[in-house]
Amino acid sequence: MAVCVAVIAKENYPLYIRSTLTENELKFHYMVHTSLDVVDEKISAMGKALVDQRELYLGLLYPTEDYKVYGYVTNSKVKFVMVVDSSNTALRDNEIRSMFRKLHNSYTDVMCNPFYNPGDRIQSRAFDNMVTSMMIQVC
Amino acid sequence: MADTVLFEFLHTEMVAELWAHDPDPGPGGQNMNLSVLESMGFRVGQALGERLPREMLAFREELDVLKFLCKDLWLAAFQKQMDSLRTNHQGTYVLQDNSFPLLLPMAAGLQYLEEAPKFLAFTCGLLRGALCTLGIESMVTASVAALPGCKFQVVIQNS
Repeated sequence: MAVCVAVIAKENYPLYIRSTLTENELKFHYMVHTSLDVVDEKISAMGKALVDQRELYLGLLYPTEDYKVYGYVTNSKVKFVMVVDSSNTALRDNEIRSMFRKLHNSYTDVMCNPFYNPGDRIQSRAFDNMVTSMMIQVC
Repeated sequence: MADTVLFEFLHTEMVAELWAHDPDPGPGGQNMNLSVLESMGFRVGQALGERLPREMLAFREELDVLKFLCKDLWLAAFQKQMDSLRTNHQGTYVLQDNSFPLLLPMAAGLQYLEEAPKFLAFTCGLLRGALCTLGIESMVTASVAALPGCKFQVVIQNS
């Protein structure tokens, strides 16, 4: 279960960012911001190294003592960043992958919505509901 | 299958509707109609550029993106692949389709040559939109030598 979910556009500004704990939201925003550097590093490493590994899922970006940050980049260079609680050790890699896949599918649906202009903040309620289902219930 | 003709009929109606109000609008009106079609194609291309590469691995370079356009995008939109892709390795690509499905029902030769650009504007926008989502700013133009074959020229804008 994620604690914070963020969708970052190609130009590195947030399209959507939401966290469960509303009192310390700024801390999550900062964490997502710093994780963008790691994402960029991984993307450029992917381009230069002639590895066949050209996956969209980036895996664990960096761990802190309380939280772990995972990343995923789409072919349109839109990044998804997810922060999960470190104490939740039951979360396996393929669960994170399936959460990112759901995020990607919902983002594609948002993109195909004729009322959505690419580049705007995401205000779709369907997207909100999907993200809520992925985040832990606090209080 | 009937699904392919649905888009063809819709596209024909779109073009007809734009020219129905004023059959001879002069160069200004003509350009406006063409850019309306092109921007419609652009928005559709943006959405397709997000949806189609979903299960694919990340594109490594520009040529991969162009190959994706010629194979997967064309297959999804027109149920066939592009016939040829040429490049000068300096940012210009020429995509050639020898029997473009939107021109196929019109003629097979030089008849209706002047009307052909109207039916290519939407597809130019489609290519430009898909390229934009995949991170490539470009300019797409189309030319017809003889129906139903046409060439799309993609020029990558380097900032």
